[in-house]
Amino acid sequence: MKIKALKFLRYATILVFVLAVIRQITGASDLTSVGTASAALLLSVPIVLAGLGGLFSERSGVVNIGLEGMMVMGAWAGGMIGYKHGPWLGLLAAIIFGAVGALVHAIATITFGVDHVVSGVAINIIAMGLVRYLSTILYKSGAWKGPSQSPDVDSIGTNSLPVLSGGDYFGWKSPDLLNSLAEKHWFFISDLASILRGITGDLSYVTVLAIAMVPLSLFVLWKTAFGLRLRSAGEAPIAAESLGVNVYAMKYAGVLISGGLAGLGGGFLAIVAANHYQENQIAGRGYIGLAALLFGNYRPGGILMGAGLFGFADALQLRDSASVHALILLIVVVLAVLIIRDIRKGKIVKAALTFAFAGLSLWYFMAVKELPGQLVTMTPYIATLLIMSLASQRLRMPAADGIPYRRGGLR
Amino acid sequence: MKKLKFSTIALAIAAPLAAAVVSITISSLAVLASHKSPFDAYKTMWDFGTTSSSLMQMLNTATPYYIAALAIAITFRAGLFNIGVEGQLRLGAIFGAYLGAKFILPPVLHIIAIMVIAMTIGGLWAAIAGYLKVKRGVSEVISTIMLNSLAGGLSSYLLANYFVDRTTNSNNMSTKTLPKSGQFPDLMPLLNKFGVENQPGGGVYGMLIFAIALGFVFWFVINRTRFGFELRASGSNPIAARFSGVNSKRMVFVAMALSGAVAGLAGLPAVLGETHAFNMGFRTGIGFSAIAVALLGRNNPVGMGISAMLFGFLEVSSRSLELIDIAPETYVIMQGSILLSSVIAYEVVRRYKITLQSKELAKAVAE
Repeated sequence: MKIKALKFLRYATILVFVLAVIRQITGASDLTSVGTASAALLLSVPIVLAGLGGLFSERSGVVNIGLEGMMVMGAWAGGMIGYKHGPWLGLLAAIIFGAVGALVHAIATITFGVDHVVSGVAINIIAMGLVRYLSTILYKSGAWKGPSQSPDVDSIGTNSLPVLSGGDYFGWKSPDLLNSLAEKHWFFISDLASILRGITGDLSYVTVLAIAMVPLSLFVLWKTAFGLRLRSAGEAPIAAESLGVNVYAMKYAGVLISGGLAGLGGGFLAIVAANHYQENQIAGRGYIGLAALLFGNYRPGGILMGAGLFGFADALQLRDSASVHALILLIVVVLAVLIIRDIRKGKIVKAALTFAFAGLSLWYFMAVKELPGQLVTMTPYIATLLIMSLASQRLRMPAADGIPYRRGGLR
Repeated sequence: MKKLKFSTIALAIAAPLAAAVVSITISSLAVLASHKSPFDAYKTMWDFGTTSSSLMQMLNTATPYYIAALAIAITFRAGLFNIGVEGQLRLGAIFGAYLGAKFILPPVLHIIAIMVIAMTIGGLWAAIAGYLKVKRGVSEVISTIMLNSLAGGLSSYLLANYFVDRTTNSNNMSTKTLPKSGQFPDLMPLLNKFGVENQPGGGVYGMLIFAIALGFVFWFVINRTRFGFELRASGSNPIAARFSGVNSKRMVFVAMALSGAVAGLAGLPAVLGETHAFNMGFRTGIGFSAIAVALLGRNNPVGMGISAMLFGFLEVSSRSLELIDIAPETYVIMQGSILLSSVIAYEVVRRYKITLQSKELAKAVAE
């Protein structure tokens, strides 16, 4: 565990260093700014929550493509309850609505044995239709200003890490060490400081709670009896049943927790990342959460890393297009590393193909000064596709994941 | 023996019937929730939906659904799930409309050329997902949904910067209008001969005939050819398929690309038959409704045809709900509840059938 953490720190430092170099070359100062880091964290949270949702569900053996729909339900409920009863109740409603969506998925897949992917996609279609229907009714009744947007929700308070990132603690004004370091504009050191400042300063309380879900999930799934039983339902349900585990109950628990987390992710997007619900707010983030789950090889820490990458791409896209332009150079650097690795392994053809792709990217980077807006919005999706296809696919998925289970082994 | 036959028929009817009862109950509850009578709602929908103008629009709505559903069914049969039809048909339509307006060919050939362009583009776009699945093990569900978002951004980028027709001054960005030879003739003149009168709402897409033919080709290829057999084999039992000499990786790639090619056609009914160009108003969501149509129709060409028409009917007829002050979006609830309850009903009936068969078998063995 200790070695793993050290390895992670090393990779993270290298990544920041590469980013600093690229920032220096391209002059895209937003690449490592406080604002970008903070936005990246904000946009990673829904993906982390969706990914953890997927984790609970798939560890219990139920594939959950329906995360997207559960996030949509959560976001809608967050906006709907949030503007009337305050953001905290809004988030609670988001969790409940996400879990309701999950209950439908659980009944279909666990009780009736419907194919998991079919049920999940059906839930996504239904959730989007349902919220559109309900929003229209609310709009017609005069409660909402538009059929695709809820009224504004009050914001949830924020605070910062004491000493390092400022903040206010019981009237004591804390110094903001990282920010003063970030403003020095020293190569690498200031880059590192501003990224750290971004992810430790002006945090919403919900962000802290959501990030705390990562170690909490790790603990629940791997250190408690409940977690062991839940995972056994996803690995070997028949064996688990023979040892007295109620496999149906475990699967229900996994799927319901999954829906609650996904709903919270949706509510977070509506209440914390924005300040109202809006149609198409989720925009595929449930699927990106699934991608983070696969990237992280069904482990909480991996999900956090994956979500961080996707959140970073998303943040750059929202903040400014110059950084996305600079990001192409980052892709070239990553590809260069892959080429060297392939040549060392003697895979010349693959290296040549990668080289061609890298050359093409480099040419595009040189040829285009600024990316057009329509293409910039594609960043998170391209990032997801690229990361998914470049990351090693030696996945260890739960052994009975996606297989409908019938008690007594009947099909 | 007679008894068995009766139960088979009863079971075949049971699933749709149970699904219908459940979904009507749910939809009625939704209408009741807005303090309106469900009976009024259904009567208004039926009265409006069965006028010939509405029926024509129903067919026009169903045609792209049907083609897109056929595309999805190809991947289902191969044990895959192409949920990227939305993006594939969008790119197929924009490239077909843009490139199709660049040349002039004799009438039928021109349309065929546009279709080939749309199929190529849709097929290539889906082939990306197939390649990633085979070579990198990326789940096609995730990659196709990402490719959907990319197709959306890409098509509006291309339309705004390269494909837009700058000769006309209009707020609605659009590609150049297709020449007459590239426009699919409407069915209206034909229908007139059968005594159907012209309606203010417009005609019936000629591509309806094409879609029906495509459904037949689908049935033939999947059920009556060696390729179709291998496709189904690699879908239902990949290991057995491999031992009988089917290259399952190749099959995955081919099935994705073929599905994308068919999906590329699904945007054309409106482009070739109505707007004669790709514009900003191009309908979104066809690809997602088509998933529901394919699931509801059980990947069967006739079943998908019926469910495409059902979805079209609900969409068109629900517009009348505005008249009695009910949200027309109610149709979404109806479609959703039909989808979910029938998916569950099919599964329950399938399992009951197996239990019944094993009981029969046990009895037969005992005798």
